Amino acid sequence: MIETCSVADLERLELDLLLDAVKTRYGYDFHDYAKASMIRRVRKYMDGKGIDHVSELIPLFLHDNRAFYRFVKSLSVVVTEMFRDPDVFKVLREEVIPVLKTYPFIKVWHAGCASGQEVYSMAILLEEEGLLDRCQIYATDFNDDALQLAKKGIYPAKDIELYKKNYRLSGGKSRLGDYCVSLYDSIKINSRLAERVTFANHNLVTDGVFGEMHLVMCRNVLIYFNEQLQDRALTLINDSLCPRGFLCIGRRENLKFSQIRNYLEDVSNTLRIYRKLGS
Amino acid sequence: MSWISVGNKPRAVVLGASAGGINALGFLFSELGEDFSLPILVTKHVGLNDDRGMLRVLARQSTLPIKVAKDKHRILPGTIYLAPAGYHMLVEEQGVVSLNLEAPVAHSRPSIDVLFQSAARVYGQELVAVVLTGANRDGADGIRTVKGFGGTTVVQCPETAEMGFMPKASLDTGCVDYLVTLEEIPAFLDQIGGA
Ligand SMILES: C[S@@+](CC[C@H](N)C(=O)[O-])C[C@H]1O[C@@H](n2cnc3c(N)ncnc32)[C@H](O)[C@@H]1O
Repeated sequence: MIETCSVADLERLELDLLLDAVKTRYGYDFHDYAKASMIRRVRKYMDGKGIDHVSELIPLFLHDNRAFYRFVKSLSVVVTEMFRDPDVFKVLREEVIPVLKTYPFIKVWHAGCASGQEVYSMAILLEEEGLLDRCQIYATDFNDDALQLAKKGIYPAKDIELYKKNYRLSGGKSRLGDYCVSLYDSIKINSRLAERVTFANHNLVTDGVFGEMHLVMCRNVLIYFNEQLQDRALTLINDSLCPRGFLCIGRRENLKFSQIRNYLEDVSNTLRIYRKLGS
Repeated sequence: MSWISVGNKPRAVVLGASAGGINALGFLFSELGEDFSLPILVTKHVGLNDDRGMLRVLARQSTLPIKVAKDKHRILPGTIYLAPAGYHMLVEEQGVVSLNLEAPVAHSRPSIDVLFQSAARVYGQELVAVVLTGANRDGADGIRTVKGFGGTTVVQCPETAEMGFMPKASLDTGCVDYLVTLEEIPAFLDQIGGA
């Protein structure tokens, strides 16, 4: 063994060992997650517990599965929005929806739906275009806490101004207030919008294809992964798309690392909306 | 400025700026030598969808190629990367940038602390971190981490900065190697990163 090992090298070694232990014990494989974000989450978790070394988490997670599951959830504590990137929803409305209208039945998959704001945004869009009753929406995530929030559809009232602004910019045809009710310090999305939605746990790393989709929304999930894992997840998604199906990824994500680029044409490359070539 | 002694030849520069930062960055990028050979990663606080405006202004002045970072962009020498509005920008060990949507840090996303702390882990002693003008305390924790991993820390003189609060907060950590005026920074960087 080498005598000197920098603090950062040691931390990387500890993290690798921890991920090995977690994989063997629980089957979750985080090796190909982007490490910079992961180390932040790990450090934050450790700070909360007054732990100094990453390797001390190994005995903790091996013996205490509740601690481990809490940690997994802390890995994906995120902020999402209704109609995030309004111009994306505008192009979906103007260029994708007209094509979807030609199908008798439409399947939409939100992969990595987090607390569900994007799902309800889509449901509103489909409702306004008269399509919702012909749709089946699948909303999946690997974080059960996020899925619970998504099912409830209750969001902090302080966020509503941003959502309203996004909705307007996305070309919304009515008022966002028409789709929710105000509670004390929160808003609740009308349950009518959830009727066509199935919420389920699905892990993009370990689970497989479960249907043929006309539109897949997978935004800001790939950023969690390294290039290889992005390619794997995108291959799974491509396999889930019907011929001529649509794919939308996050504004700052890319298909550069994936061979599926060859099977897709641009609807709008700047907005990251693509369409599968015919077979 | 012969008084600069940076231990190891640096591999990257990280810059943080907030209020007043566009002017400061514009000046700095216009003065850097065209042969500047290190990558420069920049977190400048911007309004929600404002990175295109920022890119346009800075690209006009910069001697080096400049872009808004995308996820897993490879970090190239002599290139400037701006953190996109609404995302944190981090550095991965393999020499690529990563973006994330973690909650704001120090009320900011992108956050300077997040960039500096991730870069410190990757580049260690071979990193130079610079805090410029701003009106909040983002960057201070980052400066502490950079120093902790052996990097070189630089802060713009609060008195001469458009907004002194942010550089002052970094200075107060006691982890700052060089206190310089904005006018001195291009020469400082050219000395460590010129070809
Ligand atoms: C930033 S949110 C994206 C929310 C929404 N799509 C948006 O863009 O606003 C990312 C979500 O990806 C989920 N995620 C991360 N890794 C995953 C995996 N391996 N399988 C499924 N979901 C995952 C996280 O739990 C988190 O809820």
